[in-house]
Amino acid sequence: MTDAIHARINDIVTKSDVVLFMKGTPLFPQCGFSSRAIAILDHLGVAYDSVDVLQDQEVRQGIKAFSDWPTIPQLYVKGEFIGGSDIMMEMYEAGELSQLMTDQGVARAA
Amino acid sequence: MAMKAEDIEALIVAAIPDAIVEIKDLAGDGDHYAAKVTSETFRGLNRIAQQRAVYAALGERMGGVLHALQLTTAVPN
Repeated sequence: MTDAIHARINDIVTKSDVVLFMKGTPLFPQCGFSSRAIAILDHLGVAYDSVDVLQDQEVRQGIKAFSDWPTIPQLYVKGEFIGGSDIMMEMYEAGELSQLMTDQGVARAA
Repeated sequence: MAMKAEDIEALIVAAIPDAIVEIKDLAGDGDHYAAKVTSETFRGLNRIAQQRAVYAALGERMGGVLHALQLTTAVPN
């Protein structure tokens, strides 16, 4: 991964409180795992940005090294890597993800 | 582009010898699996670190020949 890509990804994950790197878009997820991640974020009612890695090969490869995580989707909250869709689901079911959003002062969508 | 459940289990156990691995073939197509990996070595690690250990065992296959693996990690009771 070049410095330029690293800087770009760093910029993306710090620009918004909640960022989901996914395949497809929230309206048209292109993978079951991404679809599940979106469903969780929608349930939590948090505002989030999404990045469609299918539209950006640089980010698609770069994010795996950036997070040291081999799969998509990937969730970032306040610039910190939280996990993939399985961790999101475990945390959501345990109430931890909602707590994390509250603790981090993440805005809930109206 | 598929893997056998036994191969997935063997790779995980090779890297994490005490691991108890339960694998389900979700779609019956040898391509969409759910795995639960339980190991004493996960104790004290957060979920990210636990899953990284499993991903490390699977190496380059993850996201390649092994497209879809739903992963749960746990510490033995």
